[in-house]
Amino acid sequence: MRELPPLGPHRKLKLPPQAEQTLDNGLTVIAIRRSAVPLVEVRLRVPFGRAPLARASLLAQTLFSGTATMSTTDIAAELQSVGGGLDTGLDPDRLFVSGNALVTGLDRMLEILGAVLTDAQYPADEVAIERDVLVDHIQVAQNQPAHLARRALLKRVYGRHPYAIQTPEPEQVRGVRPAQLRVLHGDRVRPDGATLVIVGDLPPERAVEAAAKALDDWTGAGRDAVVPPIPPLETGPLLLVDRPGSVQSSLRIALPGLPRRHPDHAALQLANLVFGGYFSSRWTENIREDKGYTYGPHSGIEHAVAGSTLIASAEVATDVTGPALLETRYELGRLASLPPEPEELEQARRYALGSLQVGIATQAGLAGHAAEYAGFGLRLDYLAEHATRLAAVTREEVAAAAARYLAPSKAVTVVLGDAEKVEGPLAALTEVQRGEA
Amino acid sequence: VARTTKTLTTRYPVERFTLGNGLRVVLAPDRSASVVGVAVLYDVGIRSEPEGRTGFAHLFEHLMFQGSESLEKLAHFRHVQGAGGTFNGSTHLDYTDYFEALPGNALERALFLEADRMRGPRLTEENLRNQVDVVKEEIRVNVLNRPYGGFPWLRLPPVVFDTFPNAHDGYGSFVDLESATVEDAAGFFEKYYACGNAILAVAGDLDVATTTALVEKHFGDVPARPAPARPSFAEPDLDGERRQSYTDPLAPLPAVAAAWRVPDPIGDLAGYLPYVVLAEVLTDGDASRLVERLILRDRTATSVGGYIGFMGEPWEVRDPTALLLQAFLPPGGDVDKVLRAVDEELDRVATGGLSPGELARTQARMATHLLRDSDPVISRALRMAVLEQQRGAPELINELPRLVGSVTAEQVVAAAATLRPERRASIEVVPGVQA
Repeated sequence: MRELPPLGPHRKLKLPPQAEQTLDNGLTVIAIRRSAVPLVEVRLRVPFGRAPLARASLLAQTLFSGTATMSTTDIAAELQSVGGGLDTGLDPDRLFVSGNALVTGLDRMLEILGAVLTDAQYPADEVAIERDVLVDHIQVAQNQPAHLARRALLKRVYGRHPYAIQTPEPEQVRGVRPAQLRVLHGDRVRPDGATLVIVGDLPPERAVEAAAKALDDWTGAGRDAVVPPIPPLETGPLLLVDRPGSVQSSLRIALPGLPRRHPDHAALQLANLVFGGYFSSRWTENIREDKGYTYGPHSGIEHAVAGSTLIASAEVATDVTGPALLETRYELGRLASLPPEPEELEQARRYALGSLQVGIATQAGLAGHAAEYAGFGLRLDYLAEHATRLAAVTREEVAAAAARYLAPSKAVTVVLGDAEKVEGPLAALTEVQRGEA
Repeated sequence: VARTTKTLTTRYPVERFTLGNGLRVVLAPDRSASVVGVAVLYDVGIRSEPEGRTGFAHLFEHLMFQGSESLEKLAHFRHVQGAGGTFNGSTHLDYTDYFEALPGNALERALFLEADRMRGPRLTEENLRNQVDVVKEEIRVNVLNRPYGGFPWLRLPPVVFDTFPNAHDGYGSFVDLESATVEDAAGFFEKYYACGNAILAVAGDLDVATTTALVEKHFGDVPARPAPARPSFAEPDLDGERRQSYTDPLAPLPAVAAAWRVPDPIGDLAGYLPYVVLAEVLTDGDASRLVERLILRDRTATSVGGYIGFMGEPWEVRDPTALLLQAFLPPGGDVDKVLRAVDEELDRVATGGLSPGELARTQARMATHLLRDSDPVISRALRMAVLEQQRGAPELINELPRLVGSVTAEQVVAAAATLRPERRASIEVVPGVQA
């Protein structure tokens, strides 16, 4: 037997140079330098809470479909010529635009972004095309078990809260008209309260200047985008959604989460890692590496502006659906009842700390973290503060967080699968109620 | 822009050496962040698995995580993650990789872990049965329980190719997976997992002299075993159009994928490069030929893609391979119409050439993708390891943007002219769900 070499001395998290400025129009620009490759990453987030879902979804799909002077293809070609590309997306809190380009193309890319933000036209033909594209994508998603399970879980967890439905129905999308997109754009695509993150191979001050120059024509007051706080989890029977013939069951468990600034957050993060938040967790070692029920179980805290929820997900073979739930509840209960082993906790702690380092070692990683944090009023220095908190959390605190937040009695469980085959085994463990996806 | 893509490049220094036991090593220091990427590649993949053992290369990859000479089951995962790192492995047509991305202070640990399993994994009946179950769940998630599972990477090769190594299902049939034995695994390790058949690449926050000594310390006494001779997997080009279809019971929309053979990526890089560029001219973004034609003009497709290699790895694949185009159609869409339009567009490139700026902008975007790929230490280590293994030239990572930028419009036009319907193999997905 050879001996495992020890780790070298821990290196403190080093944050790269940054600059920040809130422009007169209310847009906050955060620029970060990483010069390893001659590129630049951009992430724009515009508050979009409570926007009408079908319209907002189609707006995200058609934002780049033309200005008064440029067509869809002109925009794409112009971006390409500086090595650039921009994509849009939507979540219940915001509209986002992400992309990258050769660093020499930053000015041009921001200029095009500015043109789109101030002058998107939503031409009728392009809207008709993108409407069909979006409808097709939704129809494919509606045949994906992961999507169906998530849809059922969101409805079950969020009830009448705006987060309950995050994908529109095809019929709703079909009814959206270009004029409605123009109105929504005018109303909500506003710089006030938005954030733009720029990461790349240039001095941060220069990146901020470039953004100020390209985007100062973008004006307008933000609309109240505040989403009410998420409701507390309401426990109840396991919700079983039938997917006849499914060769796997999609198991989803929601538990209370905590926002990043909550004093128990670091402790809950470590408790979650020990339970199922990384490969070396009890859940993975049990239901994958010991029992072979699943390929990749995972649990994590999902942060949204109106609240955080811990979600555990696993796709398990149909014929072991009952046993997989049994083991899952056992592992939650074990951690909620007994403190983790000291070495188990140290391993999770080192993983959490190391992930921070690995996560910001690329331009894209820095951009993603900075943009995500900015959406919650945090900055990259949160990473350093969080590292300090992770280092200080005690075993007792982790045990207390597990007892409080990971207890199986607090769980909301949804299973999507072949109900005829799995209802009996599940009903042996808990009360089951049939429902829709 | 052409000038810009020549100057916008990376200059990662590259050190190469070979240990006494034949292990080839690549080191690429870069102190821009305190992280390292460690990659070990073995020159064996899906094409090398024996008949009756489809999926074995991938199953074996799983077994390499089940403990080794000095490590119990689960130890590998815990030691990597307990150092703040991430790990994975993946099985490709021509190679299998194992890798870790870690904080810089864990470099020696990663070298130890890789060396330990290079000496030999713990192959037990219990671990084999467990991982057969896990792989079956992986196949259910990625192929059997979702729409378009395995499309087109598992569905198109048997249309394009005639020989078992190129045509078979690399994920494997459940029957073959269940038939696998510990003896099979031991034989596979013995033959293919020789250190003479492996590459170690380390990129990131490292000192070359120190790391060279650490590599020697941990890998120096791995027993020398020579690389097995790599057979030729060559097949003749198609002698006529091939077309097949199947019904996907979970798919709501029709889809089609087509492939044309391309020149040998290794033996004929100059002849191959224009096809890599052509795939992007055809499908990269809203200004590309096929997006403009099929989605924006004809509205016969709602999504289009194009790339080289069945796993989409233009710089990681050997001969024989292909250029692939794929499209998802609206409900009731006509695949014939889409294929005809693709032929017309290829013809338009072949006879009408490229428009002003079209090539340069495509190359600029490709440069961004290549540079972006090389920013994470682990993807850099992996790509350099493959370039070492397949081309003996890891430093090529610094050259790829320039090589792509040196392709001329005439070469792209000539490449397009070879993508004729009579050289095409295609597979159609018939939707089994009413959209």
